[in-house]
Amino acid sequence: MSADPPVEIRGLSKWFGAFRALDGIDLTIGAAERLVICGPSGSGKSTLIRTINALESFQEGEIRVGGVRLTREPAAVRAIRLQVGMVFQQFNLFPHMTVLENCALPLRRVRGLAPETARDRAMSYLDKVRIPEQADKYPAQLSGGQQQRVAIARALAMEPRLMLLDEPTSALDPEMVKEVLDTMVALAADGMTMAVVTHEMGFARHFATREIFMDQGRIIEQGPTEAFFADPREERTRTFLRQVLRRD
Amino acid sequence: MNFADNIDYPPVLRRPTVFLPILVVLFLGLLRADAVDWPVARAVLSGMGLAPGPSLAMPVAAGLAALIGANLWIVTGLRTRWQVWAVWAELALLLAVFFVSFNLSYAFIQRKIWILLSVGLVNTLLISACSIVFAFVLALIGAIAKLSSNGLALGVANFYTSLFRGIPLLMQIYLIYLGLPQVGIVVDAIPAGIAALSLCYGAYMTEIFRGGIESIPRGQWEAARALGLRPGDTLFRVILPQAMRVIIPPTGNQFIAMLKDSSLVSVVGVWELMYLARTQGQSEFRHIEMMITASLIYWAFSIALEMIQARVERHFGRDHVR
Ligand SMILES: Nc1ncnc2c1ncn2[C@@H]1O[C@H](COP(=O)(O)OP(=O)(O)O)[C@@H](O)[C@H]1O
Ligand SMILES: [Mg+2]
Repeated sequence: MSADPPVEIRGLSKWFGAFRALDGIDLTIGAAERLVICGPSGSGKSTLIRTINALESFQEGEIRVGGVRLTREPAAVRAIRLQVGMVFQQFNLFPHMTVLENCALPLRRVRGLAPETARDRAMSYLDKVRIPEQADKYPAQLSGGQQQRVAIARALAMEPRLMLLDEPTSALDPEMVKEVLDTMVALAADGMTMAVVTHEMGFARHFATREIFMDQGRIIEQGPTEAFFADPREERTRTFLRQVLRRD
Repeated sequence: MNFADNIDYPPVLRRPTVFLPILVVLFLGLLRADAVDWPVARAVLSGMGLAPGPSLAMPVAAGLAALIGANLWIVTGLRTRWQVWAVWAELALLLAVFFVSFNLSYAFIQRKIWILLSVGLVNTLLISACSIVFAFVLALIGAIAKLSSNGLALGVANFYTSLFRGIPLLMQIYLIYLGLPQVGIVVDAIPAGIAALSLCYGAYMTEIFRGGIESIPRGQWEAARALGLRPGDTLFRVILPQAMRVIIPPTGNQFIAMLKDSSLVSVVGVWELMYLARTQGQSEFRHIEMMITASLIYWAFSIALEMIQARVERHFGRDHVR
C-alpha cells in the first residue's frame, strides 16, 4: 500500500451557482485517523465528504486520495471510488435485491470476483456487522439500524482504504443508534481510516482521534479530540458545542 | 391494498334513500321503454299463457324492476371477490344477449373463422409481437438518450419523440410504405407496418421509460456510483429493475392499444385481422358477424396481454412484500 495519506485536500472551493458551499478547505486525513466533522446544518459537511469521491464536482483546489489526483477522468474517478467506501444517511440499499445480493453485486461487477467468492466475502462482512442471519431478506424487511449496518457491510466488503460516513445515525430511531455506533467502534478497532459527519458528540468524544468544526463552508477549528472538547478556541465552536451538548 | 381503510362503510346502494329511488327510476324507465313489447317479455308472458298487451305494461315493468332490484341487492351483499365475478358474469351475459339479438349466422362465422384465424390473426400477432419488441428497445434507447448529457443523442431523441408522437400513425405507415420508395428504399408492407408501429409506440414509450427512470431517488444512483459500479451496471442492475414497477402499467396499456392499432396496417394491403373481417363480410352482407368475431378475438388477446402484465408487475414488485 502506498505511503501517501488516504486524503489530501488543498485550497478546495466549491460553488452551487453563485453560492459558495466550500471555501478554501485544507485537510489531510492520515492512515488510521478517525475524523469527526461537526457543524451547523448547511455548513458544507456533506458537500466536503461528497467531493472526496466525486459525488460532487468542485471548481478550485486539489484533492488526492491515496496519492491519486481527483480529476474528471474516468480512470481517476474509478481509482478513487475503489479506495473510498461511503455510507449515507438514508442507507441507499438497493430495495430490489436481498441483503446478500446488495453486498455481492459490486464485488462481482466491480472487483470481478466469481459469484461464489463474492457471496463468501459478502457473508463474512455481514458476519462482521453481526447480521448474517438477515442475508436473504430484502432491505424493507429490516429495521433502520439493521439496514445501516448492511450499508456499512456493503461498503466494507469492497475493502476500501477509507470510509466516509455522512450522518449515519441521523435517520434512525433512538434505540437503533447505538448498534450502528458500536459497529463503527468495531471498525476503528480494526484500524480503518474514517471520516464521520455526526452530531453524536458523546460518541465523537471517545471515537474520534481528531475533531473538525465547519461553518459557512470553512473549517473554523480543528484539533485532537481531547483539546477540541476541553478548550475550543473559537467563539462559534463554543456556541455550537453548547447547543449540541445541551441536547444530549 | 393501500386504498382500503379499515372502516366498513355501509353499502351505498343498500341505503333506503338510494335503493328505493333506483327501483322507482327502473320502473319508470322500463315502462317508458315499453318493456312489455320486448321479445324476452313476450316469450315469458306467452309461456305463462297470457296475451301480451298494453294492460300488462305496468305489471311487466314492476316485475322486471323488482327482478333487477333483487339482483342488485344480492350482489351488493356478496364479498368483494364474489362481487367481481358476479358483475363480470352478468355484464358478459348482457353483452352476449346484445350480440345474439343481431340474429347472427353461425354457419357463416364457422365458414369464415378459419381464414380469420389462419391469416388475419397470424398477421396481426406477427406485426404486434415484432412491434412490441422493437418499440421496447427503441423506448429504452430513447429514454437513455433523453437522460444523457450528450447533445447529439439528446437532439436525436427529442426530434424522434416529437415527430412520431406528433403525426398520425396512419401517415407514418404511408410515409414509410409509399414515401421511402421515392428515395430508393422499397419496404414490403408487413415490415413497413412493423416499422411504423415500432417507431410510433417507441416514441410514446420513451417518455414512459424516462419518467420511470427519473422516479428513482438520487440516492440509488449515488450509492451505485460510490461503490464503483459502471454506468451500464448502474442502469441495468440498479435503476431499471426498480423503474420497471413504474414503467410496466403504462407500457402494458401501450401494448394493448398497439394490438388494436395494428389494424391500421391494412391500408397498405396487409391481410390482418381487421382487414379480413371487413372484406370477408362484404360479399354476403354479413358485416356484423365478422365484426363481432374479430372484436372477440382482439378482446381475448388483450386479456392475455393484461394477464402477462399482471405477472410481470408481480415479478418486479416482489421486494415490496413485507
Ligand atoms: N445540489 C445543491 N444545489 C444547491 N445548493 C446546495 C446543493 N447541495 C447543497 N447545497 C447548499 O450547500 C450548503 C451546504 O450543504 P451541505 O453540505 O449539505 O451542508 P451540511 O451537510 O453541513 O448540512 C447548504 O447551504 C445547501 O443549501
Ligand atoms: Mg449534510
